[in-house]
Order: sequence, then structure tokens, then C-alpha cells
Amino acid sequence: MTVKAFYNEMHDDKGEVRPHYAAFQAWLSEMPAERITQKRAEADALFHRYGITFAVYGEQVDTERLIPFDIIPRIIPANEWATLADGLRQRVKALNLFLKDIYHDQEILAAGRIPREQVLGNAQFREVMRGVDVPGDVYAHIAGVDVVRAGAGEYYVLEDNLRVPSGVSYMLENRKMMMRLFPRLFSRYRVAPVDRYPDMLLNMLRSVAPVGVTDPTVVVLTPGSYNSAYFEHAFLAQQLGVELVEGQDMFVDGGHVFMRTTRGPKRVDVIYRRVDDDFLDPLAFRSDSVLGVPGLLGAYQAGRVTLANAIGSGVADDKSIYPYVPEMIRFYLGEEPILHNVPTHMCREPDELAYVLENLGELVVKEVHGAGGYGMLVGPAATRAEIAAFRDVLIAHPERYIAQPTLALSACPTFVESGIAPRHLDLRPFVLSGEEIQLVPGGLTRVALREGSLVVNSSQGGGTKDTWVLEG
Amino acid sequence: MLSRTADHLYWMARYMERAENIARILDVNHRMSLMPQSETQEEQAWGATLRIMGLEHAFHQQHAEISADAVIEFMVFNPNNPGSIRSCLRAARENAHAVRGTLTSELWETTNSTWLKMRDYAPAALHDEGISEFFEWVKFRSHLSRGVTLGTMLQDEALRFIRIGTFLERADNTLRILDVKYQLLLPAGEVEGGAADFYQWSALLRSVSAFEIYRRVYRDLITPSRVAEMMLLRVDMPRSLARCMKEVYNNLRAVSNDHSAETERRAGLMEASMRFGRIDDIVHDGLHNYVVQALARIQDLGNRIANDFLVPVSRLEPQG
Repeated sequence: MTVKAFYNEMHDDKGEVRPHYAAFQAWLSEMPAERITQKRAEADALFHRYGITFAVYGEQVDTERLIPFDIIPRIIPANEWATLADGLRQRVKALNLFLKDIYHDQEILAAGRIPREQVLGNAQFREVMRGVDVPGDVYAHIAGVDVVRAGAGEYYVLEDNLRVPSGVSYMLENRKMMMRLFPRLFSRYRVAPVDRYPDMLLNMLRSVAPVGVTDPTVVVLTPGSYNSAYFEHAFLAQQLGVELVEGQDMFVDGGHVFMRTTRGPKRVDVIYRRVDDDFLDPLAFRSDSVLGVPGLLGAYQAGRVTLANAIGSGVADDKSIYPYVPEMIRFYLGEEPILHNVPTHMCREPDELAYVLENLGELVVKEVHGAGGYGMLVGPAATRAEIAAFRDVLIAHPERYIAQPTLALSACPTFVESGIAPRHLDLRPFVLSGEEIQLVPGGLTRVALREGSLVVNSSQGGGTKDTWVLEG
Repeated sequence: MLSRTADHLYWMARYMERAENIARILDVNHRMSLMPQSETQEEQAWGATLRIMGLEHAFHQQHAEISADAVIEFMVFNPNNPGSIRSCLRAARENAHAVRGTLTSELWETTNSTWLKMRDYAPAALHDEGISEFFEWVKFRSHLSRGVTLGTMLQDEALRFIRIGTFLERADNTLRILDVKYQLLLPAGEVEGGAADFYQWSALLRSVSAFEIYRRVYRDLITPSRVAEMMLLRVDMPRSLARCMKEVYNNLRAVSNDHSAETERRAGLMEASMRFGRIDDIVHDGLHNYVVQALARIQDLGNRIANDFLVPVSRLEPQG
């Protein structure tokens, strides 16, 4: 496919190296090619030995793969980051206010700023959360907001991940890897550190403990060691110094949640859960779930335990709600959004559907509830047959899809088979909401390794880079 | 600590220890088979290794004849034999993976790389390298993992459960090695073996790294009852039953909970009976019977530990 002109993170339109990449470029040109090859192989070997791997759905259960790691960092100048961080804080603040509102007074619906049925009829809207108060009114404690750069370099939010966003372990491990491989490179740059993240996360989780609990017991809840993000769950529990539990390790008694320990039951106050809503409590949601804890919802509704993120947060990151986020910012904060939203066509609207069908070849069509880069159509990259097949699906179930213009995602030079070539990327910073909204300067940069590809998901063969936010 | 976590740590250690002991048993047999002996003797010896691990039946479901190659394939590489070294190292790694956050990164990486290397081992490579090299490798990976455990883990419950797993498994394995070899080398009625058996007895000692220790301790001829004494009652011998029980007992006391008094008592009783036991009495009453009873007591301890600590202490019915 031919992507329109895209923003190159490293070089400007004239092919000159941008100032913040100059020192890196100089360093790279001094490095002998065989040394680079050797360092790249070393990175792979280390990731294998550390077991920093993920399981791919649909493959054999014991298939563990590495996420390809690219040694050319994605560098973000201090001033760009400042704006980006302000925009992310603003956005997450509004999303939390939105969640509190729709599960309580529903003012935004009464004001007609978002169609009522869009929210209340949404599959992610949890009726069981109506009127439930959560500590600090925080719902989306951990948000992984996907940001891309398009056009002349402006940042767009692609989606707000408020359910169980993953990837933060790679943000931390990629930095460690870069520092291990190329320690001297860090003397040429003032790269803002990211290793405070686990501390910030733990403080945040402790701050949202149920009322009256002064020394809360925090746990990380994982679906288990066969989950694709298990490495991250174990990593975070270890970094936080808390237990990594599975559903079977906990039970509810007398309205409280306990975990089974070698010394008997122990009260649990805050659960950083990496299990989807549907699987949290077989008595309340999917009864076939073996990942959850029977009775957990009751304890949660009664305020005896805190879940991060809150049940029902998913309604705010749903692709059909996404187009209204700028409106939320205006409504709740009285501010103009700092970050752009991507113009979005809702296929359930007949005239929008007509437009989408007309322009399938130029659009990206996504499932409203999809994630992980599955079930989407990238028009410019699709064959005629693929487009035709997708058209039928779209006509049959328009309400399941949204469409967006194909953004010319920015690209960064990346090691590929043929040498170094630009590849498209996105950025997922992690925003923590507790008593205040915080984020470490950085995030996970994902890169599409196939030429021209705009799909960066690791399940689709994407890789990662270290993300450097420079200190001002 | 979570019961499930303790369970994984305990089994991680048991499987690692088991892999080491299988390597020891096979290695001794392999070395013996290099010495002049009749085909029947050789077949008996390989059959005995299967018996030690209680895998004779499983073996015969896959192989008709006992031969060195068949037993080594079955006990080293066979992925369908849960008792093969490969399966044990894999199980150790799977258990470690399930609790990797509780392990130090050094311990996790050690266990993980052991498995990665095992997974990529081609049986063909062993013919060139020599199978003894491989057995050495397994032993040293186990030494390494124990060393990393002691050198890096916080001295808390996690370490205790790892140690309990190691020593309970080792106690079991030492007893099995002694029993089978004793029966093989000393058919009923004979009291002392002849000089011709020197190599056999010294091989048995070597399989538990006790040959040099024997020389230092007894400074005398190798006799079956001294070998038994060493493997059962010498508390200063790191692989003896007495040492293993002392470790199990001490570590159990350190993790004691409201339910575990009886388990501790039984472990303590066994430890004391090793301390005050006499080899003459044991031999007089029949070594085989003694071993059978000791194995049963170890199994009982294993079950009790599972009930008291590993499978949930209290399973209260959830409320709606």
C-alpha cells in the first residue's frame, strides 16, 4: 500500500536529522555494524532468559513468543511531552467524571450531550454499578491511552484503554534493556526515568482502599500463567511486593474478601485485577468463569473491597463512546480538549454507513468492542476481495462497527531485515488516577514491523521500542 | 504466603531434586555398564533403575525389552513419561513460572534457562558428548538452583517450603536407591558381599556423592551395613535420610500453623528415630522392611504437608 506522506520521528522533510535525534544519530554512525548485530542478538537472548514472553491466542498453550525489541529509541522532546501529559491528564479526569456521572445522576445524558441509549444500551454498561460509591470516585485507576502522531506531527488519541490495559512491564523492561546494552548512550541524553512507576502504582492502590482501612492489603489478580499477559502480572506483583493471586486463592466470607494463605485466611482490601468484568464473579456475571471469586461483586458493592479498575469502566473506552470524549471534557471540565480525537463514523447511523461503504478503500473499520487488532479492516492495505467480504459483514451488522480515516501514522527508523527503515508506531502512556492524576514520563512504543503496516499490536507481529522523554 | 504459591514452590523444588536423583541413578548404571558384566546382569541393573522410580510398568507399555538405550530414552527424554528428566525439569519450570514473582530473578532465570537448554537437547548430541556429561549437567543445574536459592532468597516462608520440597524428595529418593541396590547386590540370606562387589558398592556410594565421604568417615573396607548406615543414619551426610529428616523437621517448625502440630510431631518422631537408631537393629529386622516403612512415612508426611499448608487451610463456603 502507499501511505500518504507521514511524519518521520527522526528526520524532517528535507531528510535532515531532527535536533533531538542528532546525538543518537552520531552515536549510531560510530557503532560498527557487527557490534549492533551482536547487541541485538544479546537483547533477544536476555529477553528469553528473563522469560519476558507472551502467549499468542490461537496458538498452542505452551507457545511463548518474544515481542521483538528494536534498539532505536523513540525520542520525545520535553515540550511535546508536557503538552501530551496535560492532555492525557485532562482526558482521564473527564473519563472518571463521566463514569461517576453515568452510574449516579446521569447529568450528561439529561443535558443531551451524549445519546442516552448509546450509554445505557452499551454492552459495557453495568447496571449493577448504579448508585455504587467507589473510593475517591475513581473508576479508571489505570488507563493506557493509545496516542498516535499523524499529519504534520500532531498527537491524536486513538483509544482510551480503561479495562485491563497491559504493556507497562515492557515500558520498564525496555528501558532496563537499553541501559544494560548501551549504558554510555545514556550519558549523551538526559532521559527522564520511568522506574518510579511501581511506587506510584502501589501508592495509588493503597490510597483507594475501602474507607477505614489504614494499612490495606493489596493483591494483583491474574487469570493465571497461561494468560498472554501473565509475565506482566507476575512482574507487577513482584515490583509492588504484593501477592499475585488467582480467583481460586480467594473467597468471600461475612461480606469480606479473603485469600488462602499457609497461615490461614487473610483479608484483602484492594484488588488490582487483570481479569475482565465478565469473569470476576461467577454468581454475578459469567457463571462458567473459573477465574473469579464467587460473591466478589457483593463485597465490592458494599464497599468492603476496592477493585482497580472499577467494574463497568469499559463503557467509557468503548469505541462507540469514544467520539463523545471531547464533549465530556467540555461538559465536566469546561475546557477545550488538548489532544485531538480521530474523526469517527458510527456505522449504525444510516448516512454514516452509506459514506463508509462508499469509501471503504480509504478507511480503517474497527469492531466497536474489538481489541488487540483483531477483526479490523485497514482499507488501503486490503485486497479487493477482503473489502468485498467486509462490506457484507458491515451491511449485516453496521452497529458493530465504526470507521475512521486512515491516519498516516508517524514512523521511526527501525532495524528490519534490509537494514534500517522507517516503520509506523504508536504510544501508550499509562495514567494513574488516585488522589491525583499522575503519569511517568514515557510509555510503551509499539512499532509495526512490516513495511507500510499500521497495525502495531504484538498479537499481529508488532514490536516495541524504548520511549525516551527528554528532560527540559 | 498464598497456599497455592507455597504449593508451587514446594513442587518446583521436588521436581528439580527428582531430576538430579534420576540423573545420579542413571549415571551410576551407565558407568557400571562399562565394566565387564553379563547381559543378564546388565539387564537386571537397568531394570532396577526403573524399579527405583516405580516406572517398570509404564516402561513396558512403551518398550518390550529392557536395554540401556531404551531406558535412557525413557528416563531422560521421553516427554510422555512424567518421571523423565525432561518432564521433571519442565514441571520444575512450570511451577516456577506460576510463582515467578515470588522467586528472585536469579532463581527464576536459572530454572527457566535449565528448561530451555533441556528442551533444545537433541538425544543425538548425547552420543557424541557422552551421556555422562549430560548427567553431570543435570546435577550441576540442580546444584546451581539450590545455590541460587540459598544465596538469593529471603529467609522467609518461601524458602522454607522450597527446602521442605527438596529434602522430602531427597529422602524418598535416597531410600529407593538404597533399597533396590541392596536387594540386587545382596540377595536374601547373604550378610556381606564378596570383594567382587566392591565396584557395585562403590558405585552406589558414588550415586549419592558419598564415596569420598565413606573413605573419610570409616577409613576401612566398604561393607553393605556401613553403606546402609551412611545413607540412613549419618546426619552429617548431606543426602542421608537422617539429614533430610532433620531439614524437613526444622523447616516445618519454622512455618508452623494452627493445624500443623501433628505433622510436626510425626516429622520430629522420624527425625529422632534416625538420631537414636542403630544400623545393626535395622539390618537385623530386615533393611527392605525398614525402607518400605520409611517410604510410607515420608509419603504420609507429604500428604499431611499438602493438607496443612498447600491445599487451602480453610475452605469456607462462599456467600451469595
